[in-house]
Amino acid sequence: MSRFIPNQNEHREKMFHEIGVEKFEDLLEPVPEKFRLKGKLQLPDPLSELELTREFEEFASRNRGAHLACFIGAGAYDHFIPAAVDHVLLRSEFYTAYTPYQAEVSQGTLQAIFEYQTMIARLTGMEMANACMYDGASAAAEACLMAMRATRKQRILVAGSLNPRWLDVIRTYLKRDDFEINEIPFLEDGSLDLATAKELIEGGAAAVLVQYPNYFGLIEDLQPVAELIHEHKGLFIVAADPVALPLLRSPGDAGADIVVGEGQSMGIPMSYGGPYAGFMAARMKLARKMPGRIIGRTVDRAGQTGYVLTLQTREQHIRREKATSNICSNQALMALANVVYLSLMGERGFREISSQCYHKSHYLEKKLLEIPGVSRIFENTPFFREFVISFPVSSIELRDRMIEQGFLAGLPIVELGEGAMLITVTEIRTRDEIDRYARAAAEICGGGSA
Amino acid sequence: MKTVFELSSPGRMGVSLPELDVPDSSEIPAGLSRENGGKTGLPEATEGQILRHYVNLSTMNHHVDKGMYPLGSCTMKYNPKLHENLARIRGLSGVHPLVPSALAAGSLELMYRLGEFLCEITGFKGVSLQPAAGAQGEFCGIMLIKCYHESRGEPHRNEILMPDSAHGTNPATATLADCVVVGVESNEFGLVDPEDLRRKAGPNTAAFMLTNPNTLGLFESQIEELTSIVHEAGGLNYMDGANMNALLGIAKPGDMGFDVCHLNLHKTFATPHGGGGPGSGPVACTQELARFLPDPAVILEDGGIYRLCRKQDSFGRLLAFQGNIGVLYKAYAYIRTLGAEGLREVSENALINANYLKAKLGEYFDNPFDNGPCMHEFVLSGDRQAKQGVKTLDIAKRLLDYGFHAPTIYFPQIVHEAMMIEPTETESLEDLDAFIAAMVSISGEAAEKPYLVTDAPVNTPVLRLDEVKAVKELCLVEPVEEGDNP
Repeated sequence: MSRFIPNQNEHREKMFHEIGVEKFEDLLEPVPEKFRLKGKLQLPDPLSELELTREFEEFASRNRGAHLACFIGAGAYDHFIPAAVDHVLLRSEFYTAYTPYQAEVSQGTLQAIFEYQTMIARLTGMEMANACMYDGASAAAEACLMAMRATRKQRILVAGSLNPRWLDVIRTYLKRDDFEINEIPFLEDGSLDLATAKELIEGGAAAVLVQYPNYFGLIEDLQPVAELIHEHKGLFIVAADPVALPLLRSPGDAGADIVVGEGQSMGIPMSYGGPYAGFMAARMKLARKMPGRIIGRTVDRAGQTGYVLTLQTREQHIRREKATSNICSNQALMALANVVYLSLMGERGFREISSQCYHKSHYLEKKLLEIPGVSRIFENTPFFREFVISFPVSSIELRDRMIEQGFLAGLPIVELGEGAMLITVTEIRTRDEIDRYARAAAEICGGGSA
Repeated sequence: MKTVFELSSPGRMGVSLPELDVPDSSEIPAGLSRENGGKTGLPEATEGQILRHYVNLSTMNHHVDKGMYPLGSCTMKYNPKLHENLARIRGLSGVHPLVPSALAAGSLELMYRLGEFLCEITGFKGVSLQPAAGAQGEFCGIMLIKCYHESRGEPHRNEILMPDSAHGTNPATATLADCVVVGVESNEFGLVDPEDLRRKAGPNTAAFMLTNPNTLGLFESQIEELTSIVHEAGGLNYMDGANMNALLGIAKPGDMGFDVCHLNLHKTFATPHGGGGPGSGPVACTQELARFLPDPAVILEDGGIYRLCRKQDSFGRLLAFQGNIGVLYKAYAYIRTLGAEGLREVSENALINANYLKAKLGEYFDNPFDNGPCMHEFVLSGDRQAKQGVKTLDIAKRLLDYGFHAPTIYFPQIVHEAMMIEPTETESLEDLDAFIAAMVSISGEAAEKPYLVTDAPVNTPVLRLDEVKAVKELCLVEPVEEGDNP
């Protein structure tokens, strides 16, 4: 038997006797003979812990991308994670527990997630938040469905400056004949085309969804959109970058009804795409329309404070086909990473992270603009942590040549021009790395052989 | 316990960050900057205070490393420690999801091979590792089925047949996918009634969704007839693979007439549940459905190059990126550790353990569907104890006092006062016996001193909690204190 199975043949014999069978095959009586596998599964031979570790180290060594200076963002970010975060995540008490269905023996998870809900609500300027969704994109899609339920309208307006992968997910979740998704274009400066937005909103919509800062890193004033959609009895959904929020006017203050976002930036490694955690916050009046789990505070029989899963009649295990969503498992441990990270960063630390991302990204942009032939794609709109630059060479070629210099230079966005690249600078990148990046890019743009 | 906000005192820090090493740039324009003087309401506390807070909270959780967790349909087995370390190797955890494929060759090869393993285990040809959890896997599977019907000029097929014992996610998924649920009755043996299925399958049938073994822990013995009925009506068969822990190396869904299934890596393949997630719900399917699988897919090109690519007929994307990769690493490690024989041992022992508990508890609790061996789990009824004034909820709470987690209760809904018990293969005979002793003791208490059960739990960090108050007086966030910003 493997190191995970305690019962040996002698135990099995004893158990067969109690069950009243002679051998294991007797227990397979309900499985029709023709479906019972005759041979073994075709899988490679088992590995010891030592051999498995070697195999994983070999896989890891071929992930060259993990060892380059990362200037790619576009929805996942290379941020500093304090060591203490993982020490909490590695507590068996948290990671080997299940969903807190038995509240009396799940107060650890329940209170931690209640604190998470509080922090998400405060950051976004909303009144409540749920216990998390799969990721930011699926949270955005679920927010659209929620807005349709709340308004009984079947049209969603999405800013064209939304992350295209998020738009793909929204299209998947809303793929049905009676649902309509319209894009609101963006202007030459990258900001939302408010005139077109107004026309579309006047045609009736459940909600407008705007990314904040938008996919190109640009910071826009949310209030005019909020006012437009509210005038026409629709909801305003904001897809917010949490790291920007210590610096930016909160979506709630600007009029958002639902705020969603990606929690990866707050203590979760990039891990080639997941697991992350999407957050979802809303005004209190929408709480009963929300998908997913929600933790509430209550008291026990002795009047002592405690926490439980609440408003469960929204959920699939009770409401079945009438549930607000089919979501069951979420990404609870990743939400725990968020709450521990935010606690450690605290009021001042998180603002410092935000501020360093802001200044460092502007510093790189300034350096790059000094290179002849390099220009901004969007003039004069303030940006946060990421920006789009046009290089005088193909951005794909530049990306590939920068890899040789040790840089993941950014994400080429050829839709905005052959030389267009979305570049991200987090607090992790040092001035030295940024300067070297700018020099390497200058050499490539200068036509030199770098 | 105090909340983390109550630890806060201005000036305390939980991190040390480097000084900003570039010149300040222009500030954010006033109209766009944070209100309330920039306050976010995050706490201010030291690293030590925060660690102590979360470690103290953690001690209030029951968990697999502490004791048995016989939660039916959840497969709460032991989570190997090595796998946690492997998923954290910098080369694997530090890769950005949008790097060119050549820079993530190791992760991609691992994912590709994991996909092949899952196909072999399920008997299918196509796979997507993207779905974040079982419910998203279900959504993915139903989207494949819808694409299939559309491609054959039958987009009107929108009925999903499912037994009344289905997991709640099944009907909720049908709704999310713009389909309607058609219930199929179970017969006196707790199995799907083929005659009722035959009556309900027809020209509008999109799919039949079935958990096998079903949620009573019974193998659907007439599976061949069931899947044939659906195929003859032009529909496809979806297997909810939540109970796959019963079938590893024993039988393959692909052989039984299923066209697509999802797997719960966080159940069958020993990745931890994390207090409710992250899971991972890969979907495996026939060759015919594979072209509709979600974007992006991992492909192997000539010359041994692994690449993420978009496929023309794909129904689209489910997540911003390619899935819960950190969970995939652990599932791969599990399969590589056990191999073919080890996986079969998993299911064999899961079945033996469940049948042993069923045999030993049968004398003390009702078992309405005891018609022979169960698979990896079984469902008891608390009816006998209910007559003594002790509900299943009370029994569940009393088990907490004995140091066990409760079974899944009040599900499936076709059993009164249901208790669904799944021990998993990682429990020893000694631990099973201790659980049996606790259950026997509780049944005695129910008869003689029922207040001991109805007052339970008493040995837990908090007593029974008031769920009604939680709903009536909603408190979903820590209130902001007077005078605080925000």
